[in-house]
Amino acid sequence: MNKFEITNLNLYYGDFQALHNINMEIQEKEVTAFIGPSGCGKTTLLKTLNRMNDLVEGCKVTGRVLFDGKDIFQVQDVNLLRKRVGMVFQKPNPFPMSVYDNIAFGPRTHGVKKKELLDDIVEEALVKAAVWDEVKDRLSKSALSFSGGQQQRLCIARALAVKPEVLLMDEPTSALDPISTMKIEKLVLNLKKEYTIVIVTHNMQQAARVSDKTAFFFLGELVEFDKTSKIFTAPSNKKTEDYVQGRFG
Amino acid sequence: MNLQKDKFFKNSFFCIAFVSVVAVVMICSCLFVGGMPALEKIGVKEFLLGTKWRPSSELYGILPMILGSMYVTMGALIFGVPIGILTAIFMARFCPRKLYRFFKPIVELMAGIPSVIYGFFGLVVLVPLVRDNLGGTGSSMLTAALLLGIMILPTIVTVAEAALRAVPESYYEGALALGADHVRSVFFTIVPAAKSGILAAIILGLGRAVGETMAVIMVAGNQTRMPQGLLEGVRTMTTNIVIEMGYATDLHYDALIATALVLFLFIVLLNLSFSYFKGRMFGNG
Amino acid sequence: MVNCLKMQAATTASNLLGITVWVAAGVNILSLIFLIGYILAQGISYLNWELFAFEYTTQNVSLFPALVNTVLIIVIALSLAAPLGICTAIYFVEYAKKGNKLVSVMDITTDTLAGIPSVVYGLFGLLFFVSYLQFGYSLLAGACTVAIMILPVIIRTTEEALQAVPVSYKEGSYALGANKLRTVFVVVLPAAVPGILTGIILSIGRIIGETAALIYTAGTVAQLPENMFSSGRSLAVHLYVLASEGLFMEQAFATAVVLVIITVIINLASTWMAGKLMRGN
Repeated sequence: MNKFEITNLNLYYGDFQALHNINMEIQEKEVTAFIGPSGCGKTTLLKTLNRMNDLVEGCKVTGRVLFDGKDIFQVQDVNLLRKRVGMVFQKPNPFPMSVYDNIAFGPRTHGVKKKELLDDIVEEALVKAAVWDEVKDRLSKSALSFSGGQQQRLCIARALAVKPEVLLMDEPTSALDPISTMKIEKLVLNLKKEYTIVIVTHNMQQAARVSDKTAFFFLGELVEFDKTSKIFTAPSNKKTEDYVQGRFG
Repeated sequence: MNLQKDKFFKNSFFCIAFVSVVAVVMICSCLFVGGMPALEKIGVKEFLLGTKWRPSSELYGILPMILGSMYVTMGALIFGVPIGILTAIFMARFCPRKLYRFFKPIVELMAGIPSVIYGFFGLVVLVPLVRDNLGGTGSSMLTAALLLGIMILPTIVTVAEAALRAVPESYYEGALALGADHVRSVFFTIVPAAKSGILAAIILGLGRAVGETMAVIMVAGNQTRMPQGLLEGVRTMTTNIVIEMGYATDLHYDALIATALVLFLFIVLLNLSFSYFKGRMFGNG
Repeated sequence: MVNCLKMQAATTASNLLGITVWVAAGVNILSLIFLIGYILAQGISYLNWELFAFEYTTQNVSLFPALVNTVLIIVIALSLAAPLGICTAIYFVEYAKKGNKLVSVMDITTDTLAGIPSVVYGLFGLLFFVSYLQFGYSLLAGACTVAIMILPVIIRTTEEALQAVPVSYKEGSYALGANKLRTVFVVVLPAAVPGILTGIILSIGRIIGETAALIYTAGTVAQLPENMFSSGRSLAVHLYVLASEGLFMEQAFATAVVLVIITVIINLASTWMAGKLMRGN
């Protein structure tokens, strides 16, 4: 089933057109990877899916993005959209508060007040994000006191705690060491059983390892979008081939 | 629903932010409403250019005070500007790191010392010093200028230092690369590049000196006559208000408000030119 | 040869300039050290317990009532100005659109408020709070007057503190579906607390040192206040009155010592707080 249907999407930052006529569909409970050289628009497209681009002044969008069949630009409450479409950022960005408060921030935002219920949600999210064992005795410690890899998994847990349907990940391992990266990749493969995941990555091996489908972007255009195995072995476009073989980018 | 809520809060914050505008408008209108009757009765020309301030005989000329403020301020700048700017250059470019950690808080402390303490210091140290070495009563234009010169130092140092630090490092490196030594590189590339900011610092210091009251009261003598000389007493616009406000009535009272109005307009003018130079130095921030 | 001489002259000039810079900085620092040192050296011996007696009499010249008045003025003024100033800064940083005409007007008025001399505030307080609103010479009138005076200090420091909060915190919050208000109050504002406290400490310092704005609003009564509408002199006004009367110079020195010590403590606190903020980021 299609989670997102993107049709004729154009996006402008002031006079600069960052995305040109994007058309694609993102499948439910699959991992979709966005790859391409810096400035190709992959992160911009990712941030369009939960309308984080609204925060950028002078950003203008035309076209349509259907989320479960409903246009996200017609949605009245953008916060509800963001609750259903969670996001993990390039650099781990836990809030300067305790681990518990970080994870509970989302549920509290959406009206969960009961202590026992919050406790359960926090534990469940941390377990799912595979950091529970490392932090369970230090829930009241500042989230900033953990390592970068742990912080990133805390951020994933924080995103999971609001029970989203989709998880957008913007180069989630670019600031991390190889071991933490492996942990997060393993996590992604586990999470896709329950969630639709879109991951932006610079690392082609990573895309090959974790994703079911891969989209290659270049200069704001979607060049090719297909099964990952096909993109990396027999791409139909010459540019894609050059890029995945490391000839530019 | 949520959008409406957001809008509601945005508007509430706007209303709160508007309080500062309301405050300025109220201060302005208070001064205008309070001061205009006096200006009408006395006449603008007589008020601004009259050389005699003698409330008992209904003479209200504030030229002595305007000149008093000007002279004292100018004197303060003569003391304060060179030392202040050189200190700023020192802080930005000469000061060793370790010393800076001790220096910076001291300059901040200087800004934090209450003016009444400066005044008290002037009263018990500078006044006798001037009296014993140069003659006169000691409460004089010179003493006030000297004291104000010290008082405006932190203002000048802080703003000028920020300006000097805002100059791109590449200017300095470029000069060094041409074979200029450290001192020349600083004085002939960085200082000229920071000129708008340094000017802003001077104007801000000037504003502080013009507006200062309590310290001046305690050391300036406060005689209501045309300034007579460096070692004679003077009265400034600010001190005139504080000294007579306690017992003034009727036209005298209004004339004091009118004095404040003149002072206020002067300060607004200075502030505008400060903003102008600050904008030129640091961009529109 | 000639070139060589020229070089030498240039170096000498450079050295001289370099020395001048050091001397100027020395003069600057020494003037403060001398000021503080002189007041402490002369005044400390005049400190005694009588100065802190509950009631002011012409025998003990107690500064205790003035101290209490100062604290009360600070509390009232901050409870007025801090919420206003912080919310104004939130508006400027989080809501206001850059380039909006009205916003730049507000910006200019904030700068104007910061530049108005305290004697003009005093006069305004006298005209508006004391006379027009009929507060009379009172702690309330004095506090209202200095509240407007410290407003720009709080606005500017809070603005800076808010701007220093990493954008990633905000993004994280929005991405979880939090609205603006929650993002600002639960995520951004707590992260800015050390900066805001620095501003508040600076404001307290301003109020403690203020004389001209208080003398005709809070008045000069040297006794403990009964309520907000009682007149009462602050510590700085107390020192001014003692020094200008010239009758109690010893007590004036002692009062100056207390005032200097408080100022130094306030400054240390704000420096410490600012350092904490720097380390936090």
